[in-house]
Amino acid sequence: MSAGTVQSRREWLLSERPASRLQARLGRAYVAWRRFSANRLALVGLIIIIALLVVAAFADVLAPYSPTFGDLKNSRLLAPSAAHWFGTDDLGRDIYSRIVYGARWTLYVVILVAVIAAPIGLLVGTIAGYAGGWTDTILMRITDIFLAFPKLVLALAFVAALGPGIENAVLAIAITSWPPYARIARAETLTVRNSDYIKAVQLMGASPFRIVLRHIMPLCISSLIIRVTLDMAGIILTAAGLGFLGLGAQPPLPEWGAMIASGRRFILDQWWVAAAPGAAILIVSLGFNLLGDGLRDALDPRSGDQ
Amino acid sequence: MSVVDNQPAAAGRGSDRAVAIASSIGRFLVIAVTTYIGLLAVTFFIGRVIPIDPVLAVLGDRAPTAVVERTRREMGLDLPWIEQFYIYVKSALRGDFGTSVLTTNPVMSDIRRVFPATIELATLGTLIGAIIGVPLGVLAAVKRGSLIDQVARIVGLIGYSVPIFWLGLLGLVLFYAKLQWIAFPARLDVVYEYTFTPITGFYLLDAAIQGQWDVFYDAWRHIVLPAALLGYLSLAYISRMTRSFMLNELAQEYIVAARAKGLSETRIIWGHALRNAAVPMVTVIALSYANLLEGSVLTETVFSWPGIGLYITNSLQNADMNAVLGGTIAIGSVFIAINLLSDLLYRLLDPRTKAG
Repeated sequence: MSAGTVQSRREWLLSERPASRLQARLGRAYVAWRRFSANRLALVGLIIIIALLVVAAFADVLAPYSPTFGDLKNSRLLAPSAAHWFGTDDLGRDIYSRIVYGARWTLYVVILVAVIAAPIGLLVGTIAGYAGGWTDTILMRITDIFLAFPKLVLALAFVAALGPGIENAVLAIAITSWPPYARIARAETLTVRNSDYIKAVQLMGASPFRIVLRHIMPLCISSLIIRVTLDMAGIILTAAGLGFLGLGAQPPLPEWGAMIASGRRFILDQWWVAAAPGAAILIVSLGFNLLGDGLRDALDPRSGDQ
Repeated sequence: MSVVDNQPAAAGRGSDRAVAIASSIGRFLVIAVTTYIGLLAVTFFIGRVIPIDPVLAVLGDRAPTAVVERTRREMGLDLPWIEQFYIYVKSALRGDFGTSVLTTNPVMSDIRRVFPATIELATLGTLIGAIIGVPLGVLAAVKRGSLIDQVARIVGLIGYSVPIFWLGLLGLVLFYAKLQWIAFPARLDVVYEYTFTPITGFYLLDAAIQGQWDVFYDAWRHIVLPAALLGYLSLAYISRMTRSFMLNELAQEYIVAARAKGLSETRIIWGHALRNAAVPMVTVIALSYANLLEGSVLTETVFSWPGIGLYITNSLQNADMNAVLGGTIAIGSVFIAINLLSDLLYRLLDPRTKAG
């Protein structure tokens, strides 16, 4: 590829008069990417998250041992070595393999919470913002009430009632994390609600349902994605906390929080059992925080603190 | 309208201010009451969705049908749910959360016993967080982009990302097992448990009042690590918010005016800018205090700290739902109160925010 074509391609992307919708979209994405990739920490975050995805996808290849069955006779509580990079736990299982498989459970929790909580918030917020009046007042009162609750404690109580398990932990976290999304979606809806294009769609006879679904929700997506990414770290930490208290994933699932809990008994002598999964949680949450900060600065320059 | 117009301007402004304050307080009361009822509704709902039938839990599954029916009536479980909720709210307002199966005490008296330990821990944590976090945030804002700004950012990001219970375990390995700087996880050494009589329930304060400095030192050796960890969490939040408030203030024109007057940089930063950022910072510190109350659940579990967090988790392990829900309501009430009070304080203190 010669320098000339790169040059012209950049010009095409940054053109002030895009000839097609595709060109305009690609151009916008390119500008956002340039702003994003200028932020070195955000790139680190992106790399961490990509690494997490790769590890989760290829766990079978990357893990040298089984995550659930260990050699009870010969390999209990071994210190880190060439054969077992992060040592072994009390059941003789290789901790490195368990962390690799644990990446899947972390992704499972994070994606499921986002898939449940974000649409709830989006729906509540757009309906409240578009309908206005009493609907708005009541929906936002409920949102504010949930926003004022202590999240972890409430999630604890929910899981206590529903029974321990990773699905119930996901449900409990989702129930406590939708309110900020409703707030954001409502704010975005209010800014476009009285705009001309909405009026035009109304004149054409579109139903409120269609307007909210097709013409308002898409505009809320980008701020919602930023907020969800920033919340991912909190979701991971809450899920790990529930796992640590024995309320999240149940043994023998290689969930990182539960792994720390099982390492707690040996913490003074075999510290590596608890140390490695905690480090994994720290790195992944850090990745989501860096990525979220970078996305916010790149997509929403108003709120950046440069 | 005309009445206001005829009054002198100053008096008109004064009554406007009074109306604004009154409506702020009115709004606060409405929100506080609905939020609290919302909290009770959620805990009521949680208590009802448990798969355990409360009647069977009391009687066992061999009781004759007639007895089951009578007990169900006596427990009020045959009433419509709205009436049950009304009774639930009434008893919760009286502070009656039922009896704990685990300790056989009324849940409320258990909570009263354990809450001071949590308050002591969270208060010390917030103090540590504010004392370090505020100057760190100010320095990061003043020297933006410098090494100290970068360090503050990394320290803050890690604080947002680290599992606190894991950091606590590592801290125990290092400071208790290896270096032996701090005492084992508990509130006091066993020796003092029987010789020391607490007055307020805040051991550091009690020991100081009674002049028992050996107890004070021992209590300090137990509290310092969990408090420092919670302090780190609030430091991450406080320093980040302080930085952004200070950046906002330093960009204002009065700073330029102060510089033009020839004031020293120290005075401008710590006297003028920080003072103007003080109101939102009070809110931030209050919020971080509320978050620490919640964060104490995991920290207390790691450090066997006999506060409300450990009480809730112990009750969880024993399926003691009265205690779990009572504890949830206790933390929730304090959390909501701090949240809303700091919001009210912000509205009342900051002349720029008008009620409404």
